[in-house]
Amino acid sequence: MKKTIITVVGKDTVGIIAKVCTYLAQNRVNILDISQTIVQGFFNMMMIVDTGEVKSFDNLSSELEQIGEEIGVVIKCQHEEIFDRMHRI
Amino acid sequence: MINLYEVRETNQMIEQDNLDVRTITLGISLLDCIDADLERLNEKIYKKITTTAKDLAATGKAIERDFGIPIVNKRISVTPIALVGEAACRSPEDYAAIAGTLDRAAKAVGVNFIGGYSALVSKGMTTGEEHLIRSIPEALSRTDRVCSSVNVGSTKCGINMDAVRLMGEMILKTAEYTKEQDSLGCAKLVVFCNAPDDNPFMAGAFHGVTEADAVINVGVSGPGVVKHALEKVRGESFEVLCETIKKTAFKVTRVGQLVAQEASSRLGIPFGILDLSLAPTPAVGDSVAEILEEIGLERCGAPGTTAALALLNDQVKKGGVMASSYVGGLSGAFIPVSEDQGMIDAVQAGALTIEKLEAMTCVCSVGLDMIAIPGDTKASTISGIIADEMAVGMVNQKTTAVRLIPVIGKDVGEMVEFGGLLGYAPIMPVNRFSCDAFVNRTGRIPAPIHSFKN
Repeated sequence: MKKTIITVVGKDTVGIIAKVCTYLAQNRVNILDISQTIVQGFFNMMMIVDTGEVKSFDNLSSELEQIGEEIGVVIKCQHEEIFDRMHRI
Repeated sequence: MINLYEVRETNQMIEQDNLDVRTITLGISLLDCIDADLERLNEKIYKKITTTAKDLAATGKAIERDFGIPIVNKRISVTPIALVGEAACRSPEDYAAIAGTLDRAAKAVGVNFIGGYSALVSKGMTTGEEHLIRSIPEALSRTDRVCSSVNVGSTKCGINMDAVRLMGEMILKTAEYTKEQDSLGCAKLVVFCNAPDDNPFMAGAFHGVTEADAVINVGVSGPGVVKHALEKVRGESFEVLCETIKKTAFKVTRVGQLVAQEASSRLGIPFGILDLSLAPTPAVGDSVAEILEEIGLERCGAPGTTAALALLNDQVKKGGVMASSYVGGLSGAFIPVSEDQGMIDAVQAGALTIEKLEAMTCVCSVGLDMIAIPGDTKASTISGIIADEMAVGMVNQKTTAVRLIPVIGKDVGEMVEFGGLLGYAPIMPVNRFSCDAFVNRTGRIPAPIHSFKN
Protein backbone atom coordinates (compact mmCIF):
# COMPACT_ATOMS: atom_id res chain seq x y z
CA MET A 1 0.00 0.00 0.00
CA LYS A 2 1.20 3.51 -0.83
CA LYS A 3 -0.85 6.18 0.86
CA THR A 4 -1.27 9.44 -0.99
CA ILE A 5 -3.16 12.54 0.04
CA ILE A 6 -5.22 14.27 -2.64
CA THR A 7 -6.46 17.75 -1.81
CA VAL A 8 -9.03 19.66 -3.79
CA VAL A 9 -9.49 23.36 -3.09
CA GLY A 10 -11.63 25.82 -4.99
CA LYS A 11 -15.03 27.30 -5.64
CA ASP A 12 -17.81 24.83 -4.89
CA THR A 13 -19.60 23.49 -7.96
CA VAL A 14 -21.63 20.48 -9.07
CA GLY A 15 -19.75 17.23 -9.66
CA ILE A 16 -16.29 17.88 -8.21
CA ILE A 17 -16.24 14.69 -6.15
CA ALA A 18 -17.81 12.70 -8.99
CA LYS A 19 -15.18 13.81 -11.52
CA VAL A 20 -12.25 13.07 -9.21
CA CYS A 21 -13.64 9.73 -8.05
CA THR A 22 -14.38 8.57 -11.59
CA TYR A 23 -10.83 9.30 -12.61
CA LEU A 24 -9.46 7.46 -9.57
CA ALA A 25 -11.65 4.41 -10.22
CA GLN A 26 -10.50 4.26 -13.84
CA ASN A 27 -6.91 4.29 -12.68
CA ARG A 28 -7.25 1.61 -10.00
CA VAL A 29 -6.76 4.01 -7.13
CA ASN A 30 -8.65 2.90 -4.00
CA ILE A 31 -10.12 5.63 -1.78
CA LEU A 32 -9.49 4.96 1.92
CA ASP A 33 -10.99 8.09 3.44
CA ILE A 34 -12.67 11.31 2.37
CA SER A 35 -13.30 14.42 4.40
CA GLN A 36 -14.68 17.66 3.15
CA THR A 37 -15.54 21.09 4.47
CA ILE A 38 -16.31 24.61 3.29
CA VAL A 39 -13.80 27.23 4.55
CA GLN A 40 -14.55 30.90 3.86
CA GLY A 41 -16.80 29.91 0.99
CA PHE A 42 -14.20 27.62 -0.53
CA PHE A 43 -14.62 23.92 -1.11
CA ASN A 44 -11.89 21.95 0.72
CA MET A 45 -11.63 18.20 0.24
CA MET A 46 -9.00 15.75 1.34
CA MET A 47 -8.82 12.13 0.23
CA ILE A 48 -6.52 9.48 1.53
CA VAL A 49 -5.99 7.02 -1.32
CA ASP A 50 -3.89 3.98 -2.08
CA THR A 51 -1.63 4.56 -5.08
CA GLY A 52 0.19 1.25 -4.65
CA GLU A 53 -0.95 0.07 -8.11
CA VAL A 54 -0.28 3.33 -9.91
CA LYS A 55 2.58 3.02 -12.39
CA SER A 56 3.50 6.67 -12.70
CA PHE A 57 2.84 9.06 -9.81
CA ASP A 58 3.95 11.88 -12.06
CA ASN A 59 1.20 11.09 -14.61
CA LEU A 60 -1.42 10.74 -11.87
CA SER A 61 -0.47 14.13 -10.46
CA SER A 62 -0.50 15.91 -13.80
CA GLU A 63 -3.74 14.33 -14.98
CA LEU A 64 -5.49 15.26 -11.73
CA GLU A 65 -4.08 18.78 -12.00
CA GLN A 66 -5.55 18.96 -15.48
CA ILE A 67 -8.98 17.76 -14.30
CA GLY A 68 -8.77 20.45 -11.61
CA GLU A 69 -8.13 23.10 -14.22
CA GLU A 70 -11.14 21.93 -16.24
CA ILE A 71 -13.52 22.29 -13.28
CA GLY A 72 -11.88 25.38 -11.80
CA VAL A 73 -10.32 23.90 -8.65
CA VAL A 74 -6.75 23.17 -7.55
CA ILE A 75 -5.93 19.48 -7.11
CA LYS A 76 -2.71 18.38 -5.45
CA CYS A 77 -1.30 14.88 -4.93
CA GLN A 78 1.29 14.36 -2.21
CA HIS A 79 2.77 11.27 -0.58
CA GLU A 80 1.40 10.96 2.95
CA GLU A 81 4.83 11.11 4.62
CA ILE A 82 5.22 14.88 4.36
CA PHE A 83 2.16 15.38 6.61
CA ASP A 84 3.04 12.49 8.88
CA ARG A 85 6.54 13.80 9.49
CA MET A 86 5.38 17.31 10.18
CA HIS A 87 2.50 16.52 12.50
CA ARG A 88 3.44 13.22 14.21
CA ILE A 89 6.40 12.46 16.43
CA MET B 1 -4.62 9.30 10.73
CA ILE B 2 -3.79 12.67 9.20
CA ASN B 3 -6.73 15.05 9.24
CA LEU B 4 -7.90 17.81 6.96
CA TYR B 5 -6.74 20.55 9.33
CA GLU B 6 -3.16 19.27 9.36
CA VAL B 7 -3.08 18.87 5.61
CA ARG B 8 -4.32 22.43 5.17
CA GLU B 9 -1.72 23.77 7.62
CA THR B 10 1.15 22.11 5.74
CA ASN B 11 -0.08 23.21 2.34
CA GLN B 12 -0.67 26.74 3.55
CA MET B 13 2.96 26.88 4.73
CA ILE B 14 4.06 25.80 1.26
CA GLU B 15 1.67 27.85 -0.84
CA GLN B 16 1.31 31.07 1.15
CA ASP B 17 4.27 31.27 3.53
CA ASN B 18 7.03 30.23 1.09
CA LEU B 19 8.07 27.07 2.94
CA ASP B 20 10.63 25.36 0.79
CA VAL B 21 13.63 23.14 0.78
CA ARG B 22 16.21 25.73 -0.17
CA THR B 23 18.85 23.34 -1.36
CA ILE B 24 19.90 19.75 -1.74
CA THR B 25 23.66 20.03 -1.77
CA LEU B 26 25.74 17.07 -2.84
CA GLY B 27 29.17 17.14 -1.26
CA ILE B 28 31.81 15.42 -3.37
CA SER B 29 35.35 14.65 -2.27
CA LEU B 30 37.94 15.42 -4.94
CA LEU B 31 40.86 14.10 -2.90
CA ASP B 32 41.09 11.05 -5.17
CA CYS B 33 41.48 13.34 -8.21
CA ILE B 34 44.77 14.84 -7.05
CA ASP B 35 47.42 14.65 -9.77
CA ALA B 36 50.65 16.48 -10.49
CA ASP B 37 49.57 17.04 -14.09
CA LEU B 38 47.10 19.92 -14.44
CA GLU B 39 45.37 18.59 -17.53
CA ARG B 40 44.84 15.15 -16.00
CA LEU B 41 43.64 16.76 -12.76
CA ASN B 42 41.01 18.76 -14.65
CA GLU B 43 39.85 15.66 -16.51
CA LYS B 44 39.52 13.67 -13.30
CA ILE B 45 37.62 16.46 -11.53
CA TYR B 46 35.17 16.82 -14.41
CA LYS B 47 34.60 13.08 -14.56
CA LYS B 48 34.15 12.65 -10.80
CA ILE B 49 31.60 15.47 -10.52
CA THR B 50 29.60 14.58 -13.61
CA THR B 51 29.46 10.89 -12.59
CA THR B 52 28.58 11.36 -8.92
CA ALA B 53 26.03 14.11 -9.54
CA LYS B 54 24.47 12.84 -12.76
CA ASP B 55 21.08 12.07 -11.15
CA LEU B 56 21.01 14.94 -8.66
CA ALA B 57 18.82 17.39 -10.57
CA ALA B 58 16.32 14.72 -11.72
CA THR B 59 16.05 13.21 -8.24
CA GLY B 60 15.40 16.61 -6.73
CA LYS B 61 12.62 17.16 -9.24
CA ALA B 62 11.03 13.77 -8.53
CA ILE B 63 11.01 14.38 -4.76
CA GLU B 64 9.48 17.78 -5.35
CA ARG B 65 6.69 16.13 -7.33
CA ASP B 66 6.05 13.30 -4.86
CA PHE B 67 5.71 15.46 -1.76
CA GLY B 68 4.50 18.70 -3.28
CA ILE B 69 7.28 20.71 -1.65
CA PRO B 70 9.41 23.08 -3.76
CA ILE B 71 13.10 22.22 -3.83
CA VAL B 72 14.52 25.51 -5.00
CA ASN B 73 18.15 24.63 -5.67
CA LYS B 74 20.27 21.60 -6.40
CA ARG B 75 23.92 22.32 -5.73
CA ILE B 76 27.33 20.74 -5.38
CA SER B 77 30.12 21.36 -2.91
CA VAL B 78 33.62 19.98 -3.41
CA THR B 79 36.82 19.56 -1.42
CA PRO B 80 38.62 22.91 -1.03
CA ILE B 81 40.33 23.35 -4.39
CA ALA B 82 43.48 24.77 -2.80
CA LEU B 83 44.21 21.25 -1.50
CA VAL B 84 43.16 19.46 -4.66
CA GLY B 85 45.24 21.69 -6.93
CA GLU B 86 48.35 22.14 -4.79
CA ALA B 87 50.36 19.41 -6.55
CA ALA B 88 49.50 20.57 -10.07
CA CYS B 89 49.16 24.34 -9.89
CA ARG B 90 52.23 26.54 -10.19
CA SER B 91 50.43 29.86 -10.53
CA PRO B 92 47.07 31.58 -9.92
CA GLU B 93 46.27 31.02 -13.61
CA ASP B 94 46.58 27.25 -13.13
CA TYR B 95 44.02 27.41 -10.33
CA ALA B 96 41.68 29.54 -12.44
CA ALA B 97 41.69 26.73 -15.02
CA ILE B 98 40.23 24.42 -12.35
CA ALA B 99 37.48 26.98 -11.70
CA GLY B 100 36.63 26.71 -15.40
CA THR B 101 36.38 22.92 -15.05
CA LEU B 102 34.07 23.22 -12.03
CA ASP B 103 31.86 25.63 -13.99
CA ARG B 104 31.59 23.26 -16.96
CA ALA B 105 30.80 20.32 -14.67
CA ALA B 106 28.11 22.31 -12.85
CA LYS B 107 26.47 23.24 -16.15
CA ALA B 108 26.68 19.66 -17.42
CA VAL B 109 24.75 18.24 -14.45
CA GLY B 110 22.32 21.17 -14.21
CA VAL B 111 23.13 22.63 -10.78
CA ASN B 112 22.98 26.38 -10.29
CA PHE B 113 26.00 26.76 -8.00
CA ILE B 114 29.12 24.78 -7.20
CA GLY B 115 30.98 25.68 -4.02
CA GLY B 116 34.44 24.77 -2.85
CA TYR B 117 36.75 27.08 -4.76
CA SER B 118 38.18 27.51 -1.32
CA ALA B 119 41.23 27.69 0.89
CA LEU B 120 41.45 27.02 4.63
CA VAL B 121 44.18 29.29 5.90
CA SER B 122 43.27 30.12 9.50
CA LYS B 123 46.86 29.76 10.69
CA GLY B 124 48.99 30.09 7.59
CA MET B 125 48.97 29.91 3.81
CA THR B 126 50.87 27.39 1.70
CA THR B 127 52.15 28.57 -1.68
CA GLY B 128 49.26 26.79 -3.36
CA GLU B 129 46.69 28.35 -1.07
CA GLU B 130 48.06 31.80 -1.75
CA HIS B 131 47.92 31.10 -5.49
CA LEU B 132 44.28 30.07 -5.15
CA ILE B 133 43.37 33.20 -3.22
CA ARG B 134 45.15 35.38 -5.78
CA SER B 135 43.25 33.60 -8.59
CA ILE B 136 39.80 34.32 -7.10
CA PRO B 137 39.11 37.57 -9.07
CA GLU B 138 39.94 35.89 -12.35
CA ALA B 139 38.13 32.66 -11.44
CA LEU B 140 34.90 34.40 -10.43
CA SER B 141 34.88 36.76 -13.39
CA ARG B 142 35.39 33.95 -15.89
CA THR B 143 32.79 31.54 -14.49
CA ASP B 144 29.05 31.74 -13.84
CA ARG B 145 28.34 29.14 -11.18
CA VAL B 146 31.50 28.80 -9.12
CA CYS B 147 31.41 30.02 -5.52
CA SER B 148 34.49 30.74 -3.50
CA SER B 149 35.21 30.89 0.23
CA VAL B 150 38.30 31.43 2.34
CA ASN B 151 38.52 30.53 6.02
CA VAL B 152 40.93 33.00 7.61
CA GLY B 153 40.38 32.36 11.30
CA SER B 154 39.18 29.97 13.97
CA THR B 155 38.78 29.83 17.73
CA LYS B 156 41.50 27.18 17.84
CA CYS B 157 44.06 28.93 15.64
CA GLY B 158 43.38 32.66 15.87
CA ILE B 159 43.14 34.98 12.88
CA ASN B 160 45.57 34.92 9.98
CA MET B 161 45.92 38.66 9.41
CA ASP B 162 48.10 38.16 6.31
CA ALA B 163 45.15 36.36 4.74
CA VAL B 164 42.73 39.02 6.01
CA ARG B 165 44.84 41.73 4.35
CA LEU B 166 45.03 39.73 1.12
CA MET B 167 41.26 39.09 1.10
CA GLY B 168 40.55 42.83 1.35
CA GLU B 169 42.58 43.29 -1.84
CA MET B 170 41.01 40.29 -3.56
CA ILE B 171 37.45 41.40 -2.81
CA LEU B 172 38.19 44.78 -4.33
CA LYS B 173 39.88 43.19 -7.33
CA THR B 174 36.94 40.80 -7.83
CA ALA B 175 34.62 43.83 -7.75
CA GLU B 176 36.80 45.52 -10.38
CA TYR B 177 36.91 42.41 -12.62
CA THR B 178 33.11 42.11 -12.55
CA LYS B 179 32.23 45.83 -12.57
CA GLU B 180 30.16 45.44 -15.76
CA GLN B 181 27.69 43.36 -13.71
CA ASP B 182 27.66 45.67 -10.66
CA SER B 183 30.56 43.75 -9.07
CA LEU B 184 28.47 40.58 -8.91
CA GLY B 185 31.59 38.41 -8.45
CA CYS B 186 31.77 39.49 -4.81
CA ALA B 187 28.32 37.98 -4.17
CA LYS B 188 29.96 34.60 -4.79
CA LEU B 189 32.87 35.15 -2.42
CA VAL B 190 32.76 34.75 1.34
CA VAL B 191 35.40 35.08 4.06
CA PHE B 192 34.90 32.83 7.09
CA CYS B 193 35.94 32.33 10.68
CA ASN B 194 35.17 28.82 12.02
CA ALA B 195 33.77 27.65 8.66
CA PRO B 196 31.72 24.44 9.01
CA ASP B 197 32.68 21.40 6.89
CA ASP B 198 29.11 20.53 6.01
CA ASN B 199 27.34 23.79 5.19
CA PRO B 200 24.92 23.27 2.26
CA PHE B 201 24.31 26.99 1.66
CA MET B 202 26.15 29.12 -0.90
CA ALA B 203 28.40 30.94 -1.33
CA GLY B 204 30.21 29.31 1.58
CA ALA B 205 29.59 25.61 0.91
CA PHE B 206 32.58 23.30 0.58
CA HIS B 207 33.05 19.60 1.22
CA GLY B 208 35.35 19.41 4.24
CA VAL B 209 38.25 17.00 4.44
CA THR B 210 36.60 15.36 7.45
CA GLU B 211 33.76 14.21 5.18
CA ALA B 212 33.17 10.92 3.33
CA ASP B 213 33.50 10.43 -0.43
CA ALA B 214 30.05 11.85 -1.11
CA VAL B 215 27.33 13.13 1.17
CA ILE B 216 23.89 14.72 0.92
CA ASN B 217 23.31 17.86 2.99
CA VAL B 218 19.97 19.60 2.91
CA GLY B 219 19.06 23.20 3.75
CA VAL B 220 15.49 24.06 4.67
CA SER B 221 14.09 27.52 4.98
CA GLY B 222 10.90 29.26 5.95
CA PRO B 223 11.05 32.75 7.46
CA GLY B 224 7.51 33.32 6.13
CA VAL B 225 6.21 30.34 8.13
CA VAL B 226 7.67 31.70 11.38
CA LYS B 227 6.35 35.19 10.65
CA HIS B 228 2.87 33.83 9.97
CA ALA B 229 2.88 31.75 13.18
CA LEU B 230 3.97 34.78 15.22
CA GLU B 231 1.15 36.92 13.84
CA LYS B 232 -1.19 34.76 15.92
CA VAL B 233 0.61 35.43 19.24
CA ARG B 234 0.96 39.22 19.16
CA GLY B 235 1.24 40.71 22.66
CA GLU B 236 1.80 37.33 24.33
CA SER B 237 4.66 36.63 26.76
CA PHE B 238 8.20 35.64 25.78
CA GLU B 239 7.40 32.08 26.80
CA VAL B 240 4.56 31.86 24.27
CA LEU B 241 6.72 33.61 21.66
CA CYS B 242 9.61 31.16 22.11
CA GLU B 243 7.33 28.13 22.17
CA THR B 244 5.71 29.22 18.90
CA ILE B 245 9.05 29.69 17.12
CA LYS B 246 10.31 26.35 18.42
CA LYS B 247 7.25 24.41 17.30
CA THR B 248 7.32 26.03 13.87
CA ALA B 249 11.04 25.34 13.47
CA PHE B 250 10.37 21.74 14.44
CA LYS B 251 7.73 21.30 11.74
CA VAL B 252 9.88 22.90 9.07
CA THR B 253 12.89 20.78 10.00
CA ARG B 254 10.86 17.57 9.86
CA VAL B 255 10.04 18.27 6.22
CA GLY B 256 13.72 18.82 5.52
CA GLN B 257 14.59 15.58 7.26
CA LEU B 258 12.12 13.69 5.05
CA VAL B 259 13.53 15.24 1.88
CA ALA B 260 17.10 14.55 3.02
CA GLN B 261 16.37 10.88 3.70
CA GLU B 262 14.55 10.46 0.40
CA ALA B 263 17.35 12.13 -1.56
CA SER B 264 19.92 10.02 0.24
CA SER B 265 18.18 6.72 -0.41
CA ARG B 266 17.24 7.49 -4.04
CA LEU B 267 20.77 8.61 -4.91
CA GLY B 268 22.46 5.91 -2.82
CA ILE B 269 24.59 8.55 -1.10
CA PRO B 270 24.78 8.87 2.71
CA PHE B 271 22.86 11.63 4.46
CA GLY B 272 25.11 14.12 6.22
CA ILE B 273 23.28 16.92 7.96
CA LEU B 274 20.20 19.03 7.85
CA ASP B 275 20.72 22.77 8.02
CA LEU B 276 17.70 24.62 9.32
CA SER B 277 18.35 28.19 8.40
CA LEU B 278 15.82 30.94 8.08
CA ALA B 279 17.20 32.03 4.73
CA PRO B 280 15.27 35.00 3.37
CA THR B 281 14.62 35.78 -0.28
CA PRO B 282 13.62 39.12 -1.79
CA ALA B 283 10.04 37.77 -2.13
CA VAL B 284 7.47 39.55 0.01
CA GLY B 285 6.74 37.57 3.19
CA ASP B 286 10.03 35.65 3.09
CA SER B 287 12.00 37.96 5.34
CA VAL B 288 13.90 37.56 8.63
CA ALA B 289 13.64 41.32 9.25
CA GLU B 290 9.85 40.99 9.16
CA ILE B 291 10.02 38.31 11.87
CA LEU B 292 12.03 40.70 14.07
CA GLU B 293 9.45 43.39 13.39
CA GLU B 294 6.65 40.95 14.23
CA ILE B 295 8.42 40.25 17.54
CA GLY B 296 7.91 43.93 18.34
CA LEU B 297 10.35 46.26 16.58
CA GLU B 298 9.19 49.19 14.49
CA ARG B 299 12.03 48.50 12.09
CA CYS B 300 14.86 45.99 12.02
CA GLY B 301 17.85 47.87 13.50
CA ALA B 302 15.88 49.55 16.30
CA PRO B 303 17.10 49.05 19.89
CA GLY B 304 16.16 45.51 20.88
CA THR B 305 17.05 44.06 17.47
CA THR B 306 20.07 42.10 18.73
CA ALA B 307 18.09 40.61 21.60
CA ALA B 308 15.19 39.68 19.34
CA LEU B 309 17.58 38.06 16.87
CA ALA B 310 19.37 36.16 19.66
CA LEU B 311 16.05 34.79 20.83
CA LEU B 312 14.99 33.86 17.29
CA ASN B 313 18.27 32.15 16.45
CA ASP B 314 18.25 30.11 19.65
CA GLN B 315 14.64 28.97 19.38
CA VAL B 316 15.16 27.95 15.76
CA LYS B 317 18.09 25.76 16.84
CA LYS B 318 16.14 24.28 19.74
CA GLY B 319 13.16 23.36 17.55
CA GLY B 320 15.51 22.00 14.89
CA VAL B 321 17.60 19.68 17.05
CA MET B 322 14.47 17.93 18.28
CA ALA B 323 13.36 17.27 14.70
CA SER B 324 16.52 15.70 13.33
CA SER B 325 19.43 13.89 14.96
CA TYR B 326 21.84 15.42 12.50
CA VAL B 327 21.33 19.14 12.51
CA GLY B 328 24.48 20.88 11.37
CA GLY B 329 25.86 23.41 8.92
CA LEU B 330 24.96 26.92 9.96
CA SER B 331 21.39 26.44 11.32
CA GLY B 332 19.82 29.63 12.63
CA ALA B 333 18.79 32.91 11.09
CA PHE B 334 20.59 34.50 8.14
CA ILE B 335 20.67 38.28 7.94
CA PRO B 336 21.70 39.12 4.37
CA VAL B 337 20.74 42.63 3.35
CA SER B 338 20.13 42.39 -0.40
CA GLU B 339 18.21 39.11 -0.12
CA ASP B 340 15.70 40.35 2.45
CA GLN B 341 13.05 42.92 1.60
CA GLY B 342 12.63 43.90 5.27
CA MET B 343 16.38 44.55 5.64
CA ILE B 344 16.43 46.63 2.45
CA ASP B 345 13.50 48.71 3.71
CA ALA B 346 15.21 49.15 7.11
CA VAL B 347 18.41 50.41 5.47
CA GLN B 348 16.45 52.82 3.29
CA ALA B 349 14.52 54.11 6.29
CA GLY B 350 17.83 54.81 8.06
CA ALA B 351 17.14 52.24 10.80
CA LEU B 352 19.91 49.78 9.97
CA THR B 353 23.65 50.43 9.68
CA ILE B 354 26.69 48.22 9.14
CA GLU B 355 27.65 48.75 12.79
CA LYS B 356 24.25 47.44 13.97
CA LEU B 357 24.53 44.53 11.56
CA GLU B 358 27.93 43.72 13.08
CA ALA B 359 26.36 43.60 16.53
CA MET B 360 23.61 41.34 15.18
CA THR B 361 26.21 38.92 13.81
CA CYS B 362 27.27 38.12 17.38
CA VAL B 363 23.98 36.25 17.75
CA CYS B 364 22.90 35.28 14.21
CA SER B 365 24.03 32.12 12.48
CA VAL B 366 26.52 33.69 10.07
CA GLY B 367 27.69 37.26 9.54
CA LEU B 368 27.86 40.44 7.49
CA ASP B 369 26.13 39.16 4.40
CA MET B 370 25.33 40.62 1.01
CA ILE B 371 26.08 44.20 1.97
CA ALA B 372 26.77 46.63 -0.86
CA ILE B 373 29.34 49.33 -0.02
CA PRO B 374 30.81 52.18 -2.11
CA GLY B 375 33.18 51.04 -4.85
CA ASP B 376 35.89 53.49 -3.73
CA THR B 377 36.22 51.82 -0.31
CA LYS B 378 39.90 51.11 0.42
CA ALA B 379 41.10 47.47 0.51
CA SER B 380 42.49 48.04 4.01
CA THR B 381 39.06 49.21 5.21
CA ILE B 382 37.49 46.03 3.84
CA SER B 383 40.22 44.04 5.63
CA GLY B 384 39.45 45.95 8.83
CA ILE B 385 35.76 45.02 8.59
CA ILE B 386 36.74 41.39 7.94
CA ALA B 387 39.09 41.41 10.96
CA ASP B 388 36.32 42.73 13.21
CA GLU B 389 33.91 40.08 12.06
CA MET B 390 36.49 37.30 12.39
CA ALA B 391 37.20 38.46 15.95
CA VAL B 392 33.49 38.16 16.78
CA GLY B 393 33.55 34.56 15.54
CA MET B 394 36.86 33.64 17.14
CA VAL B 395 35.98 34.90 20.60
CA ASN B 396 32.39 33.66 20.58
CA GLN B 397 33.31 30.23 19.18
CA LYS B 398 30.83 30.60 16.35
CA THR B 399 30.88 30.76 12.59
CA THR B 400 31.06 34.27 11.23
CA ALA B 401 31.43 35.39 7.65
CA VAL B 402 31.80 38.47 5.49
CA ARG B 403 30.28 38.87 2.05
CA LEU B 404 30.73 42.52 1.10
CA ILE B 405 30.19 43.92 -2.37
CA PRO B 406 32.13 47.11 -3.11
CA VAL B 407 30.15 48.24 -6.16
CA ILE B 408 32.57 49.91 -8.55
CA GLY B 409 31.32 53.27 -9.81
CA LYS B 410 28.50 53.56 -7.28
CA ASP B 411 28.21 55.48 -4.04
CA VAL B 412 26.09 55.67 -0.88
CA GLY B 413 22.37 55.90 -1.53
CA GLU B 414 22.46 54.38 -5.02
CA MET B 415 20.83 51.01 -5.63
CA VAL B 416 22.41 47.93 -7.08
CA GLU B 417 20.51 45.02 -8.65
CA PHE B 418 21.99 41.51 -8.52
CA GLY B 419 18.93 39.65 -9.75
CA GLY B 420 17.20 36.43 -8.71
CA LEU B 421 17.78 35.10 -5.20
CA LEU B 422 20.66 37.57 -4.71
CA GLY B 423 18.19 40.46 -4.77
CA TYR B 424 19.00 44.17 -4.77
CA ALA B 425 20.54 46.53 -2.24
CA PRO B 426 21.05 50.15 -1.32
CA ILE B 427 24.76 51.02 -1.00
CA MET B 428 25.56 51.51 2.68
CA PRO B 429 28.06 53.98 4.14
CA VAL B 430 31.28 52.64 5.63
CA ASN B 431 33.29 54.28 8.44
CA ARG B 432 35.91 56.38 6.63
CA PHE B 433 38.57 56.51 9.34
CA SER B 434 41.71 54.61 8.43
CA CYS B 435 42.88 51.26 9.85
CA ASP B 436 45.89 51.01 7.51
CA ALA B 437 48.55 50.75 10.22
CA PHE B 438 46.60 47.98 11.95
CA VAL B 439 45.91 45.94 8.81
CA ASN B 440 49.47 46.35 7.50
CA ARG B 441 51.02 44.60 10.49
CA THR B 442 52.13 41.10 9.45
CA GLY B 443 51.44 37.74 11.06
CA ARG B 444 48.43 36.57 12.99
CA ILE B 445 46.27 37.31 15.98
CA PRO B 446 46.77 34.49 18.51
CA ALA B 447 43.95 32.15 19.55
CA PRO B 448 41.95 33.39 22.55
CA ILE B 449 42.63 32.03 26.01
CA HIS B 450 39.43 30.02 26.17
CA SER B 451 40.50 27.95 23.16
CA PHE B 452 42.93 25.99 25.36
CA LYS B 453 40.66 23.23 26.51
CA ASN B 454 43.05 20.31 26.20
